[in-house]
Amino acid sequence: MAMRTPIESGVPDNRQYMHPALLKNYGNWRYHDRPRPGVLHHVSHTGDEVWTVRAGTQRQMDVYTIRKLCDIADTYAEGHVRFTIRSNIEFMVSDPAKVDPLIEALTSNGFPVGGTGNSVSMIAHTQGWLHCDIPGTDASGAVKALMDDLYTEFIREDMPNRVHLSTSCCEINCGGQADIAIIVQHTKPPTINHDLVANVCERPAVVARCPVAAIRPALVNGKPSLEVDEKKCICCGACYPPCPPMQINDPEHSKLAIWVGGKNSNARGKPTFMKMVASGLPNNPPRWPEVSEVVKRILYTYKADARSWERIADWVERIGWPRFFEKCDLPFTKYLIDDWRGSRSSLNASTHIRF
Amino acid sequence: MAKKMHDTPMLDQLESGPWPSFVTGLKRLAKDKDYMVDLMGQLETSYRTRKGYWKGGTVGVFGYGGGVIPRFTELKDEHDKPVFPDAAEFHTLRVQPPAGMHYNTDVLRKMADIWERHGSGLIAFHGQSGDIMFQGAKTDKVQDAFDELNELGFDLGGAGPAVRTSMSCVGASRCEQSCYDEARAHRQVINTFLDDIHRPALPYKFKFKFSGCPNDCMNSIQRSDMAVIGTWRDNIRTDEELARKWLAKHGMNELVNDVITRCPTKTIMLKEIKDVAQGDHISSVKVSDTHALEIDNSNCVRCMHCVNVMTGALAHGTDTGATILIGGKRTLKIGDLMGTVVVPFMPLKTDEDYEALVELGQKVIDFFAENALEHERTGEMIERIGLVNFLEGIGIDIDPNMVATPRTNPYVRTDGWDEEVARINAKKAAA
Repeated sequence: MAMRTPIESGVPDNRQYMHPALLKNYGNWRYHDRPRPGVLHHVSHTGDEVWTVRAGTQRQMDVYTIRKLCDIADTYAEGHVRFTIRSNIEFMVSDPAKVDPLIEALTSNGFPVGGTGNSVSMIAHTQGWLHCDIPGTDASGAVKALMDDLYTEFIREDMPNRVHLSTSCCEINCGGQADIAIIVQHTKPPTINHDLVANVCERPAVVARCPVAAIRPALVNGKPSLEVDEKKCICCGACYPPCPPMQINDPEHSKLAIWVGGKNSNARGKPTFMKMVASGLPNNPPRWPEVSEVVKRILYTYKADARSWERIADWVERIGWPRFFEKCDLPFTKYLIDDWRGSRSSLNASTHIRF
Repeated sequence: MAKKMHDTPMLDQLESGPWPSFVTGLKRLAKDKDYMVDLMGQLETSYRTRKGYWKGGTVGVFGYGGGVIPRFTELKDEHDKPVFPDAAEFHTLRVQPPAGMHYNTDVLRKMADIWERHGSGLIAFHGQSGDIMFQGAKTDKVQDAFDELNELGFDLGGAGPAVRTSMSCVGASRCEQSCYDEARAHRQVINTFLDDIHRPALPYKFKFKFSGCPNDCMNSIQRSDMAVIGTWRDNIRTDEELARKWLAKHGMNELVNDVITRCPTKTIMLKEIKDVAQGDHISSVKVSDTHALEIDNSNCVRCMHCVNVMTGALAHGTDTGATILIGGKRTLKIGDLMGTVVVPFMPLKTDEDYEALVELGQKVIDFFAENALEHERTGEMIERIGLVNFLEGIGIDIDPNMVATPRTNPYVRTDGWDEEVARINAKKAAA
């Protein structure tokens, strides 16, 4: 039987799925406000109005959850939904009387309504042990555990500005930049299974992958393999994806680090990369309490100390890094002073010091 | 009814608490599918041993070289047999979302039905590159699942050294900050490169992202090789009714502390109405009977802050388009790189404008394909060869908007200086 040839349709036309009020007022919106946390109210130049109710999801959804959300959309909304980049689901309605019953239907079915304005939104979420081939930890579990703790911050808008969180199960950082990010930090060089390297790995490609040229070809026990100069190795794990016998993940020595101050918006200051502020936290499933504790400590210090509209990066810029570490009660260790290329630009080349 | 569940004491602890639980979802699926019973067995093992047990491989659909993420278990017993045989294969289909991630319930239900028939029943909305991730299918089911999803109007996304699936913000469909038709740009650009998505043959991955304004909700500047970020060239628009309403609600302290003093270039001022300046680059709006805001648009960097805080009272202009920034990516291997400006402003209104955007994407990808080293991202290539060589390669003139500062060291051979000045002057004269 001949194989079916794919239809290379690419990105589908979104207009066939879009809520009719959005389609009608496409490109013609005037302003929005937020009647309450979790609800957006948009007004178009024609006077049309649309209310959006935003709810958190677990991202990894079983078909029953998807059908439940569809039932809610059909019964209490108008049959159209969209997802945000942070895996929240949004229901659009053109009648304000539908908002409260929709919120009630969502919350009574276990979907928290929130994630708008100055809230802590859902964590940008990766795959982890559930599906990734190189994970140092899980994603879904860490996200679930932390969002359980931050539930009230999701359903309220009590933060100085919005707070974006991300998790990443290795240093590739698929979760991306965030106000506060949790990222695996390996602390030991890879453990090499020399019996497998020659058959599994394209050795020159692996050598080329190392950012510090610490890998070289070697004959081990008579077999062609690779060896790592452990003094040079920065434990980044870049060799592991192209060469799985170079196992970087370690139940004990793969730790978790916390990064803060990433901001992609151009609002106020230019976009910023996040900075590492803590590391050495244990990979402790199923709820990673040590990680949650540090994240919450930073988050609530920010909440108490930042002025309105300051993102975490803006707040630290105002108070300075020494006070950040002091206020958050975090040790400033030598590992937090950058020594990678271009690192001198991260040093304090001034006498600007807060005493 | 599926077979008996494995004990999952660690995962069970993730069923409590107020946030929706993926474990509860997995258990629901496991009631009917042996596949998910064993998937939970392997996941519980990972939680216990703190190790991952999936490896990649080669699984795909007929006609395509990418878009399926193969996963085979590595959790084997002493006879090299899978410990959880029903979940020994757990492949993911990456499927491209509609721009702005809009769906109706009909299409979501159809997706759920397809995945219940052919896969695990677990779907992630969405992955970090924007794909709908249909997680968990056996090798012999991948083609059937794809065929049905494809007939439904959906197509696979990118994986490996390919143009990747893209994302665009809600944009014009429901946001007053939208500066171009994000969905159109997204669809028109990405659907030009379907061959480069489905048949990975680039040096490394290449990502486009589309954000309608400088708030950059898609995080394009840090996460895409080519970021298309909406902006405008003319003056900020004002709406007196909404401006007065805003002040009445928020008061003078908030206006001063949250709006005026937070302007990064101090180009917005509070003035008594009688002192407000007039001019081609001035926007002004009364906030009360005595005071007005005055904005010198020639020093506005389009950061969005005041427009965000006073939505509707202040709004972007009407001469809209996008700034194009190239080369963003995360750490590996030379450290983080932001996208940097390559086109300060590109109008995005007419058919020709959108065609020009596609053409620019084509030039950048062609240059990348020809010049990047294996496993080198666009930003790393630009760092290696220098921005000027890259610009010459894609035929774009330099512009001072491309730099934060001019060079701070003298290590450059400048014996072509006079010719460069003459060339620039000739160009100016011809314009």
